[in-house]
Amino acid sequence: MIELENVSCGFGGTPLFSGLSLSLTPGSFHFLTGPSGAGKTTLLRLCYADLRADQGQVRLFDQDASSLGRDGVAMIRRRIGVVHQNCAFLDHLTIAENIALPLTVADRAAEAAGNLPELLAWVGLTAQAGQFPPELSGGERQRAALARAVIMSPDVIIADEPTGNVDWEMSQRLLTLLVELNRMGKAVLIATHDLTMIRTMKAELSARVLRLKDGELVQAGAEL
Amino acid sequence: MKAVLDLIVGDPQADRAVPHTGITARLTVFATGVMAFLAVLVLALSMTASRVADRWADELAQAATLRLPADADAATIEKALEILRITPGVAAAKALTEAEQQALLDPWLGPNLAMDALPIPQLIEVIADDPPYDPEGLQARFAAELPDAVLDDHARWRAPLLKAANRLRLVTWLVTLLIGAALAAMVVLAAQASLAANVQVIHVLRLVGARDIYIARAFVRRFTLRAALGAALGALAGVIVVQLVPVGDTPGSFLTEIGFQGAGWLWPLVIPLIAAIVAFAATRAAALARLKEQT
Repeated sequence: MIELENVSCGFGGTPLFSGLSLSLTPGSFHFLTGPSGAGKTTLLRLCYADLRADQGQVRLFDQDASSLGRDGVAMIRRRIGVVHQNCAFLDHLTIAENIALPLTVADRAAEAAGNLPELLAWVGLTAQAGQFPPELSGGERQRAALARAVIMSPDVIIADEPTGNVDWEMSQRLLTLLVELNRMGKAVLIATHDLTMIRTMKAELSARVLRLKDGELVQAGAEL
Repeated sequence: MKAVLDLIVGDPQADRAVPHTGITARLTVFATGVMAFLAVLVLALSMTASRVADRWADELAQAATLRLPADADAATIEKALEILRITPGVAAAKALTEAEQQALLDPWLGPNLAMDALPIPQLIEVIADDPPYDPEGLQARFAAELPDAVLDDHARWRAPLLKAANRLRLVTWLVTLLIGAALAAMVVLAAQASLAANVQVIHVLRLVGARDIYIARAFVRRFTLRAALGAALGALAGVIVVQLVPVGDTPGSFLTEIGFQGAGWLWPLVIPLIAAIVAFAATRAAALARLKEQT
């Protein structure tokens, strides 16, 4: 579904990583870890066509990302649910409207009537549906972001530090939701600093843990 | 028709995706209203000028004057009248009395003019029929039978009047076009400002899979409706002002006839529609270009 092959990317002439390869297949579960500034978020952005690689090839659902026009990128993003680190909400819309936004922009707003109550219940935000994003706690926002990421029933879920601003209990709850999605056949890629969480989840899942450090992506092993 | 209805009704969900920016909205409505107001006034002036010029030209075209020498006797006058009576296209011909001739001269020479002291030519008023007479043929006949008679068909007055009226019409249409161009430029600027103020919103919409046309639609619909509303209010104000111009009882007077008549009343109704079309095209082009830049 998502394939990166010998990809290089950087900013201002300074490469963050080069020769990097990654493949996300249906039902796969990957953790991406590494120190701050290693390029985890950049790597995720390549996966949902928010950035273009300097070199190498990024293939998204069998399409070369470098040849995608703006409409093509939009259509690809409808198949990838992204939980952004800052949640990326529109503060003038209610939580329910934010969660339904992917359906709205796809001119499928009518479907939200059926999906939304169930989705709000799944993430435990039924009571907060009419509230605005600034009125929610960090954990509630992260759960809402997850609900928005899955409302289009995407093939891939990408989450950037989904547990960064929440307590242990909430992080477990969010991860449980992601695991549920993975068991439904979705490919999941999570970037996180939280090694404890990785160790806990690794025991439950056949997850691959990738470590991005010094411009290289390696499979993490026993040190975890 | 469906596209127009979709534009007016819109998609409430999609419309809410882009926040309303108060000051831009109000300025767009205000500026469009002013443009429409000016357009109504300019069109009213244009139509009035055309109408009055046409009437003056018609009146001048219908009437001609045959001028006989001051010493023309009654037989000469009767001969001239006889020629006119038998000429096809002449509805009526009448020799002006001394009193009527004096009345014509009053404005320039005063009421106490001694007519006998001046060699005032004898005038015969000629009213054209429909179709009118051939002025060149009539002139030629008088040249043969009454060589001292001069037929003045007012062509030398009518031509510059028509020319001036046509120029005035051209100028007012040019002004109307300029108003339209200024409206388009203003809407583009307002749309650009709104797009710039919503960069973050656009970024989020793109992240969740919005296509450019979806994002542009929210801005286009908003600015089109604002332009239509502003233009409707401006046109209404313009019509009220035009209606408030005092109406005089002097037929053919320019200042007392300012306004719309007949089918001309369609113009104030059409102005909001034209403003909406201009705003639609301008906002759409501006939004799509801006979104392309923001990739």
